Amino acid sequence: MSSRLAGSLSRSFSIERAPTASRWITALVTVLSFLLALVFGGIVLFLAGENPLEVYAAMFSGAFGDWNGVAETLVKTTPLLLAGLGVAVAFRMQLWNIGAEGQLYWGAIFATGLALFVIPGAPGWVMVPAMVAAGLLGGGLWGLIPGVLRAWFGASEIITSLMLNYVAILFSEYLIHGPWRDPQSFGFPGTPSLPAAGWLAKWGSTRVHLGLLLGLAAALVLWIVLRRTRLGYEIGVMGENPRAALYAGMPTKRMILLVMAISGALAGLAGMSEVAGIGHQLQRNLSPGYGYAAIIVAWLGRLHPFGAVLVAFLLAALTVGGDQIQMSLGLPAAIAPMLQGTILFFLLGGDILTRYRITKVTGVG
Amino acid sequence: MPAVAMRDISKRFGSVVANDHVDFEASWGEVHALIGENGAGKSTLMSILTGLYRPDTGQVEIDGTPVRLRSPRDAITRGLGMVYQHFMLVDPFTVTENVVLGEQRSGIDLQTARVERELATLSERYGLGVDPRARIWQLSVGEQQRVEILRLLYLGARILVFDEPTAVLTPQEAENLIQTLRSMAAQGFSVVFISHKLDEVLEVADRVSVLRRGQIVETTTPAETDRRALARLMVGRELADFVEHPADEPHETVALGETVVELRGVGALGDKGVPGLRNIDLEVRAGETLGIAGVAGNGQRELAEIVTGLRPTTGGAIRIDGKTMTNRPAAEIARAGVAHIPEDRLATGLIGGMDLSDNAILRDYAQPPLCNGSFLSNKAVAAFTDRLIADYDVKAPGRWAMLRTLSGGNQQKLLLARELAGQPRLIVAVHPTRGVDVGASEAIHEALREQRARGAATLLISEDLDEVLALSDRIAVLFDGRVMGIVSARGANVEEIGLLMAGIGSPESDVAIHV
Repeated sequence: MSSRLAGSLSRSFSIERAPTASRWITALVTVLSFLLALVFGGIVLFLAGENPLEVYAAMFSGAFGDWNGVAETLVKTTPLLLAGLGVAVAFRMQLWNIGAEGQLYWGAIFATGLALFVIPGAPGWVMVPAMVAAGLLGGGLWGLIPGVLRAWFGASEIITSLMLNYVAILFSEYLIHGPWRDPQSFGFPGTPSLPAAGWLAKWGSTRVHLGLLLGLAAALVLWIVLRRTRLGYEIGVMGENPRAALYAGMPTKRMILLVMAISGALAGLAGMSEVAGIGHQLQRNLSPGYGYAAIIVAWLGRLHPFGAVLVAFLLAALTVGGDQIQMSLGLPAAIAPMLQGTILFFLLGGDILTRYRITKVTGVG
Repeated sequence: MPAVAMRDISKRFGSVVANDHVDFEASWGEVHALIGENGAGKSTLMSILTGLYRPDTGQVEIDGTPVRLRSPRDAITRGLGMVYQHFMLVDPFTVTENVVLGEQRSGIDLQTARVERELATLSERYGLGVDPRARIWQLSVGEQQRVEILRLLYLGARILVFDEPTAVLTPQEAENLIQTLRSMAAQGFSVVFISHKLDEVLEVADRVSVLRRGQIVETTTPAETDRRALARLMVGRELADFVEHPADEPHETVALGETVVELRGVGALGDKGVPGLRNIDLEVRAGETLGIAGVAGNGQRELAEIVTGLRPTTGGAIRIDGKTMTNRPAAEIARAGVAHIPEDRLATGLIGGMDLSDNAILRDYAQPPLCNGSFLSNKAVAAFTDRLIADYDVKAPGRWAMLRTLSGGNQQKLLLARELAGQPRLIVAVHPTRGVDVGASEAIHEALREQRARGAATLLISEDLDEVLALSDRIAVLFDGRVMGIVSARGANVEEIGLLMAGIGSPESDVAIHV
């Protein structure tokens, strides 16, 4: 009997799928991951010469400390939620739509174009619904492109949807520097202001606008569709087992097109609501990456519409709180994103640990 | 001193106890068979033996020395090797190259010439008849299996574990393998033989251990037991299926009806884009079961998929109830009354990550009363699911249970319940009892017999010849995508079917068709 390896002792680790964790364990792990992230971030802050408790307190009060903070958090929640819902519905079907950012821009372009050049004189009760439809249409059509490429040519929607983001953003730049540029803008790139009939209603003196209600309504509708309808069932089967969908005779190509269009439309609505609710014009840096953050919203929300509501709100709070410490404490600009990244990293890590476990493997003794 | 001893082995997966304080020994010079239903813990026990899993309690001793095995590679350095059901061979490589591939002894210079000489010597000494220069794709499945054995011998294995080795073989190849195993034992090797085919076990083994629900319930010798006693030990009760040998079981005569499905000159491509079915002519009539026998990969999958609309044909015509259905969409074929029990239930026919109701409605979810317009009716879905669960005695905590948590047998029963719910005209059943425990397998056979009595046409595709013999009226043998012959199941000659499975005899025309 040969014994070449015998006697050598080695250790290594392997990752195994863990038995399904209970809801309580999942919640506990989430809270612990969050606390751990604060501790880790605190160490870094301490090394940078800051008082971690002071920084965290400033972040918290920035996001929740007064009505203004809460309102700002809700303002940021809106696009994150809408785009996050779009990403979630595609991910449910294992369609990896990374293109929410571009779809958001096209929603904004369609809505702006409609309001400025097609029906500039329309009253609010026509203008706002028409802009909503335009936003949905713009994003939906842009989402359809990777859908068509995937359904008919088998092209990976990850690559195509990502690449189309650059096309969308640059096209919007072209519009605001070129044909749609406001001649009275004194060199600042941007379209003219939308007719006031197209501005979304605001809540009191805050910047919170009707878009938030659109987002919550979209979450509710999506929940019903996924849970109660034939389409929701088909999406679920396609996502869990595409072969079973073929076996059951589902029209899989048509579903890919439909779901990519829905996904893009929701992101487009986010773009429309940013234009009509906040900027009132198409301008540069319309989105600071909402379409990418939407992936995190969808994923941490476990692809559930209400999960997306919760995560979008928390992520928005993190952003607003981060902006706050930059302004009030004069911290370096890199600190806030660093803390945000740390928290997300720990949350995602905790998420993996609830689904898998690490076992120690001891070698030949 | 036993060659290998497993003492007090326990292994749990979550709440499931796969092995419960198992003691198992195999001696030098013996063939020790390990039998048990699916889910009894055989594969877990063997995975522990070969180092894939680590036991929660207990230890493994090889030749009297306690060992802690970390991987199959560790196991082979200890002289213990396993022949899996699916071979780990690289098709375009030669036998020698495949052996060198899995070996660490050689450095940059692979010394293939030396290895080739050693392999030739070993092959001759143990009567394996393997040419070290042959390329794997040129070899039959039986020969490939002998390559696996040769590789283990070359690596120094003295204890050989076989996981259901005859499942992929023709009856003749299985007979040869059994002779090989007997002769290996006679030369002092220790052979562990896992199987659920009781005839085979009684023929090859010196000792038989029966595993039930994670425990060894008995270790005995063939002289002290028989088929029936072993079956009872495996299941824990009497089984109708084992009372008589399946082939001798009388078929109820059902008046044959009109032709339900008809294939004329049908061809199709296989998964690799080469022809997988060539010029197939078959028909099945109402009340008739046509069994399709053959070694795995001879066109069975393609046949099932073209009939159910999952794979396009390259020629010929398929008619169902006289209506041409060639290359029609799967949904339309299903609506024409074709039920499909696919070969791999979790990959195709069921959704592991969804609950029982979601799985129950997969076929009819778009039809009323399950669906009104765009909305599913929760009430109708629940009632439908509960009916399937009750009618087919699916053991589950409730319709909300995740399908994955059910045993293979209960998953298959639910699938069968769903497919048979619409009183299909034609049932395409592929390996309907694969990976299913004996109790569920009996229930599934019974359900298929009832459908036949009701007047359904059945196309039964199975690699288990006993199953084909037990359920069919006629048996068509597939080889290399062709129908080699069609024989009557009553009084069928297993020898003849085996030759057809091996591709001996020219396709159909020259073979006596005795129907």
